[in-house]
Amino acid sequence: MAVYEQKAVKKAPSNSKGVIHWLKSNLFSTPLNVAMTLLGLAILFWIIPPFVQWAYTDANFSGETRSDCTGDGACWVFVKMKLDLFMYGFYPQEELWRLKSVLGLFVVQLFAFKFFKSIKHKFISFSIYLIIAFILINGGIFGLEIVPTDKWGGLMLTIVVAVVGIVFSFPIGIIVAFGRASNLPIIRSVCVTYIEFIRGVPLITILFMSSVILPLFFPEGITFDKLLRALIGITLFQAAYVAEIIRGGLQSISTGQYEAADAIGLSYWQKMLLVILPQALKVAIPNLVGAFISLFQDTTLVLIIGLFDLLAMVRITAADSTWLGMETEGYVFVTIVFWAFCYGMSRYSNKLEKQFNTNLK
Amino acid sequence: MTKLAKLSLAAIVLIGLSATAGTLEDTKKQGFVKCGIDGALPGFSEILSGGKYVGIDVDGCRAVSAAVLGDASKVKFISLNAKERLAALQSGEIDLLVRNTTWTQSRDTTLGLNFAGVNYYDGQGFMVRKDLGVKSALELDGASVCLQTGTTTELNVADYFRAHNMKYKTVAYDTNDQVVASYENGRCDILTSDASQLYGLRTKLKDKANHIVLPEIISKEPLGPVVRQGDDAWFNIVKWSFNAMVAAEEAGITSKNVDEMKMSSNPTAKRILGTEGKMGANLGLSADFAYQIIKQVGNYGEVFERNIGVNTPLNIKRGINALWTKGGLQYSPPFR
Amino acid sequence: MMSALRNQKVRGILFQILTVIGLVAFLWYIGSNTMHNIEQRGIKTGFEFLDSTAGFGIDETPIAYTETDTHGRVFLVGLSNTLIIGFVGIIFSTILGLIIGVLRLSNNWLIRKMAATYIDIFRNIPILLQILFWYNVVLKSLPVPKKSLEFAGDIFLNNRGLYFPQPDLNSTTISILVSLGIAIISIIFLNRWANKKQENTGEDFPVFITGICMLIVFPILAYFIGGANFNFDIPALKGFNYRGGKSISPEFLALTFSLVIYTATFIAEAVRSGIEAVSKGQKEAAASIGLTQFQALKLVILPQAIRIAIPPTINQYLNLIKNSSLATAIGYPEIVTLFSGTSLNQVGQAIEIIAMTMLVYLTISLVVSALLNWFNHKMKIKER
Repeated sequence: MAVYEQKAVKKAPSNSKGVIHWLKSNLFSTPLNVAMTLLGLAILFWIIPPFVQWAYTDANFSGETRSDCTGDGACWVFVKMKLDLFMYGFYPQEELWRLKSVLGLFVVQLFAFKFFKSIKHKFISFSIYLIIAFILINGGIFGLEIVPTDKWGGLMLTIVVAVVGIVFSFPIGIIVAFGRASNLPIIRSVCVTYIEFIRGVPLITILFMSSVILPLFFPEGITFDKLLRALIGITLFQAAYVAEIIRGGLQSISTGQYEAADAIGLSYWQKMLLVILPQALKVAIPNLVGAFISLFQDTTLVLIIGLFDLLAMVRITAADSTWLGMETEGYVFVTIVFWAFCYGMSRYSNKLEKQFNTNLK
Repeated sequence: MTKLAKLSLAAIVLIGLSATAGTLEDTKKQGFVKCGIDGALPGFSEILSGGKYVGIDVDGCRAVSAAVLGDASKVKFISLNAKERLAALQSGEIDLLVRNTTWTQSRDTTLGLNFAGVNYYDGQGFMVRKDLGVKSALELDGASVCLQTGTTTELNVADYFRAHNMKYKTVAYDTNDQVVASYENGRCDILTSDASQLYGLRTKLKDKANHIVLPEIISKEPLGPVVRQGDDAWFNIVKWSFNAMVAAEEAGITSKNVDEMKMSSNPTAKRILGTEGKMGANLGLSADFAYQIIKQVGNYGEVFERNIGVNTPLNIKRGINALWTKGGLQYSPPFR
Repeated sequence: MMSALRNQKVRGILFQILTVIGLVAFLWYIGSNTMHNIEQRGIKTGFEFLDSTAGFGIDETPIAYTETDTHGRVFLVGLSNTLIIGFVGIIFSTILGLIIGVLRLSNNWLIRKMAATYIDIFRNIPILLQILFWYNVVLKSLPVPKKSLEFAGDIFLNNRGLYFPQPDLNSTTISILVSLGIAIISIIFLNRWANKKQENTGEDFPVFITGICMLIVFPILAYFIGGANFNFDIPALKGFNYRGGKSISPEFLALTFSLVIYTATFIAEAVRSGIEAVSKGQKEAAASIGLTQFQALKLVILPQAIRIAIPPTINQYLNLIKNSSLATAIGYPEIVTLFSGTSLNQVGQAIEIIAMTMLVYLTISLVVSALLNWFNHKMKIKER
């Protein structure tokens, strides 16, 4: 007769929730995993403590002059003293209230967005805001002194370039996208050529073109402001990308929608603007936000043609003879600003994407 | 030809005509002088924080504004890089370029531009770190050279090293700020540019005393104001606005004593300042155009000393920029 | 007449004719203005400048160049530098992007989060800012030539660049290069043969291991065949800097580094979405028909993942090449810096020069999109 030995009682499995279990399954499940965790920790240890030490522990925060930079770490006094330059460029001190009120009005505008329910009202209030902002920044009427564009700079210029780029490229992009999707061969090939040309060359060559060649295109006496030339270049550039994104949206609309619109007797423009475009835009919005992010990043290129955007202001202030050797602080500050803007927008785009995805289901 | 094309042709002709009314009239109508400068060159043209412009080039623009509009502050300054400057003048974006631009034969003859004089006689030089122990440019074999692209500098340096059979490496940037930053970071051994700029750029360095400008001057760089070709009235105005500053120094007129000199019995001073003769009217300006320049901007010597002279951080001696009576090259044809 | 206008076809044609007229009028307006301006301002036209002497020096010249060469030669130097930076950038950003993309899906929480953080940080910082940062801030912290950092005795890093020994081009080096070429070609053929064999007989041939062996053994054999004679040109400190050997400039290092760091974030995302797009059922089905994990990856998962990951990746390659034009901010002599920068300044013929530069990029992008189309066609799901 076989003898059966009683096996030892197994311990209950360790907690399948708990911290220990989590650590075990997520960080130390296999030898390879252990090695990778250790490597990861080593990298973090190599990067983070020195950075914290430089940026915080050893850094100077208080003071007003270069001589207050005594620590081994960063000297944020520099950023503090140059903050106005970073934000507003060489905009005249006594007119800064105008820029600040543009910012204040933006907050009002955000509330207005919550308040207005219909797209139409939102659109109108935003347009009014843009006009008021332009008048405040540029001046020229209501007794506001004109501030020439060579005084515009810093983050304000970056935002002006980005906003103008997106606002003006949007309608152009829609028209080009329609043309691209049109069944009229000449219109289509003109639009395809435009899109492929712009997307095939780097922005910098378009900026060179708008700053060096554009003046040759017009008779002597018609001159464009340096900023305006850059804006024209950026808008034409961005329009091609917007057009491609909207085309993607248009393609996702089923032919049934076109046929239905035709069947109820809508004209081409009624069909496109009332039926197709709203649906296409909804699909395209996350990608449009993505395009806006890359436009925001691309605004830095204007420094190559001699405009003083946020990044250019760092280079200028770092060359200030009373604050030499501060470019690291400047670059880190600007990096954080740009990153915060772009990251915020990409989060927002992710959110939108999820929102629209669930709607489709 | 389609109707549209005809219409646009007509439009071109119309616009073209209206644009050639003359720079003087246009400037008076606008109420300001459109003047191109560098904007990032200490001593020559620099924007101070707060947006104030200073420098010898800036004062050149101011002088023309004082002469034409009677007010030296009526200038619209436009900062230009080396690449844009001549195109900006050609297209009419600016009417006057005072941006340490070298007067060369080919620029004067092939670009549709005219040089109206020389406000600073310069030459290309080299700046090195003292601790390299270099005393002469001939010891620079194998060095790396930082310079600004878009200038005659690049060609001069290539010629110089080739002529002396030395090797070198160029590192060219499109802004002076990047040139200085890279030199400071040790990317190159030498910074080369017009000697005056070297003194200006040196003030942007951290350890100013540790850098020397070598004695060799390898080129002639007469820097002066530039205008478009084809508008002789404007050309004359710019030319004589600059001459007035030199002539005033020679005649001993300064911004401080200009009111006394105007009333004095000195005939030269009286002619310059417009109390005698028709110097202003000859140019289509008011009689006291030179008075306004001297009163509001100063004579050449004052402008020089205020912006780049020995009491400024640049610490440049008058040298060849002294008056001809003191062994220099600055010379104004007579006001007569 | 009115009824004809209501006809959609007629209206379409009319609309197109109007567009053409408008476009022609616009181009004609611009063209005639330009001609007028060029004439009046005494700007030269034509392409004779390509034959005129450039007169300036260039630091990095992959093809022979001296100051007495022409602007046409400058164009070629710039073009070759653009291609070099594109090539090197593409290789390294692909490697980094693949690694980060795979780590992004790792089952190790820390690594996964670190990869995600890397992507979130670097794709949200403008590339120009990254280039300027690495160039100006990191360059500043490198030592002067006399105090160079030394690696492995003969490799030096200082603020003038990276210097390393270069083997002389003698029979040994040539035969090694040839052997590498032979190894690569034979691996391609071996792979084809193995695939065919696998399809016909179902037997597997270890191509990967054989390939690696070939890559190791062939050069070793070639080393002895070629005379076993390596002669290195070792960089040495002479005068102002190191001379001899091979050097890489800080501009190249900063530019490649930032382009790779930035582009890799996008490639990583493409890789991740490619792998994630393969449904779990596919993996399970592969396992159930008895494929090993490696076979499942090679035959089932990757072909599907690649179909999704490659098109955005190729677009990123194109972006990388276009972004390399930002070299102009730090003076690396590629085509925009050199030709649209220095040559343009010396010659002043903006239209010709910028048009030529744009044409280069357009050609590159046409080639790339042709490649993409070919790939999409080849990868199209063949429905039977």
